[in-house]
Amino acid sequence: MSVTVHIPTPLRPYVGGSDTVLVGEGTVGEILDRLAAEHRNLRPHLFQDNGRLRGFVTVFVNSRNIRELDQEATVAAAGDEISIVPSIAGGATAAATALPQLSHQEILRYSRHLILPQVGPEGQRRLKAARVVLIGAGGLGSPAALYLAAAGVGTIGLVDFDTVDETNLQRQIVHSTSGVGTSKLASAEGRLKDLNPHVTIETFDARLTSENALEVLREYDVVVDGTDNFPTRYLVNDACVLLDTPYVYGSIYRFEGQVSVFAAQNGPCYRCLFREPPPPGLVPSCAEGGVLGVLPGIIGSMQALETIKIILGRESTLVGRLILFDALSFTLRELKLRKDPECPVCGKDPSIRELIDYEAFCGVGAEPVYQGPEISAKQLAQEIRENPDILVIDVREPHEWEICRLERATLIPLSELPDRLNQLDGHKEIVTHCHHGVRSMFALQLLNAAGFAKVRSLRGGIDAWSSEVDPSVPRY
Amino acid sequence: MIIDRTVLDEIRRAVETQYPNEGCGLLVGEVGGGVRVAHQLAMTNRRIGDGAKAKRYWIAPEDFRAASHAVAAAGLEIVGVYHSHPDAPACPSSYDREHAWPWYRYLIVSVADGTASDVRAWQLRDDRSGFIEHAVRIEN
Ligand SMILES: [Zn+2]
Repeated sequence: MSVTVHIPTPLRPYVGGSDTVLVGEGTVGEILDRLAAEHRNLRPHLFQDNGRLRGFVTVFVNSRNIRELDQEATVAAAGDEISIVPSIAGGATAAATALPQLSHQEILRYSRHLILPQVGPEGQRRLKAARVVLIGAGGLGSPAALYLAAAGVGTIGLVDFDTVDETNLQRQIVHSTSGVGTSKLASAEGRLKDLNPHVTIETFDARLTSENALEVLREYDVVVDGTDNFPTRYLVNDACVLLDTPYVYGSIYRFEGQVSVFAAQNGPCYRCLFREPPPPGLVPSCAEGGVLGVLPGIIGSMQALETIKIILGRESTLVGRLILFDALSFTLRELKLRKDPECPVCGKDPSIRELIDYEAFCGVGAEPVYQGPEISAKQLAQEIRENPDILVIDVREPHEWEICRLERATLIPLSELPDRLNQLDGHKEIVTHCHHGVRSMFALQLLNAAGFAKVRSLRGGIDAWSSEVDPSVPRY
Repeated sequence: MIIDRTVLDEIRRAVETQYPNEGCGLLVGEVGGGVRVAHQLAMTNRRIGDGAKAKRYWIAPEDFRAASHAVAAAGLEIVGVYHSHPDAPACPSSYDREHAWPWYRYLIVSVADGTASDVRAWQLRDDRSGFIEHAVRIEN
């Protein structure tokens, strides 16, 4: 006895018109491979070029989907019946939409694009038809928005809720000194419209959340994430997978940057690479860790480049490739990424089918990490006056100490703290401080764990001290 | 491809009610001489996430399997698939091509502002390089 394979109507012409074929025993993968070897024209309809079954080919052994069994390794024995069942998918994309025409003014403006064979009039019309949304009008979003607007991307959405701050201007080049204090959306919109009046800017004055993400992002063809924080990154990734929209990823830290394209068709997603975020606080944000201003310029421009290539339908995008850029040594490394079939969001049997609470998922505000007694800058100023014994420990890095310091503080960088605990007097009141109050909370926990009981962390760090107590301490 | 006017009207109404999402279903008929669509089966768009449904459709294999058993029991055949392109022309997208099955007729209904307009029929080329268009003949 052998295994019976039921052939669906659309594939019957390739097996001589019959609705069933008898084959020898084996795994489903082996059997279908043998079938495709015997009927060569069948192969492209069952298998991708890389030899894997096409996503829309579903196989049942007897009455069970092999997805619930051992996938392609499921064994079919004599007497078993294999059914190839179509799963039917499709849908409209930007490519199917009629492309808009270019005005004479636009033809002039984009002439350097139009004479490139890889762009040309059709590519420029694709750019005009395209809708791209940028999450965050900050360090990465600034250059990305400027280049996308200059390139003639027809509609650019901006999501941000922040106001322009003096410290932003070192890298967030879409904003200007005159815009300090105004909303980032208004500031960016003004600059982009001035740069290219042919482009439509759509603004969303909100933080991207699980509640609004699908609604906002569904309207766009490509999503560019410039927020560079873990909850938003996982939120954008999952939303893009659910919406089938490519996600142009960028991140920066001090002198290093990363770029890739996730959630594209057949490509991996961010979760294929990092299933879970690192513990909160382990990776400092730019505010805590610092960043060379030109670095987001480079990474954000690379994000704009990839976005444009996706819109043009170019093949060699960063789908399945993660670029690591080290600005100090000027080295580029490339990691090949693979789609993880077990990925909880883009895998074959996803466990995440709707957006979740990403703040909780990334442990933001989670109990053990951020909790501990705090002291305000004003209160600390008073206690310092009243208690000459109070011990103030600055856990920042020596170069930050160079910028500014509290008169009474002792510098013990966070990384050295575990080795220097014996220098501390456990009977004294201790206050830890850093730049904004994140690292000092870690230091507090370290001290608590080592048996120091009377420890508090300066809320808002030396930044709060500068704004609330002593304006002569420079802010950075 | 021949289609009964009443069936086409049903399809138009079915995809209009799904607007702005994509609606989808199966074309059922007889094969012999040519393809004639005598019935339609509206299917659930199983695409996850509300937003995705505006741009994509997906008929789950389990749903397809159940429908094909019912169709076979009636002595008929699934001859193709229909779906709508909300506010987009009735031409196959590259996504349609990548996911298409050979032989099936793909009927695409353009739905502009909630009203079904253009209807066109397509069949995947054998080498998957693109689609050939079939004339749609409507009979009473
Ligand atoms: Zn994934």
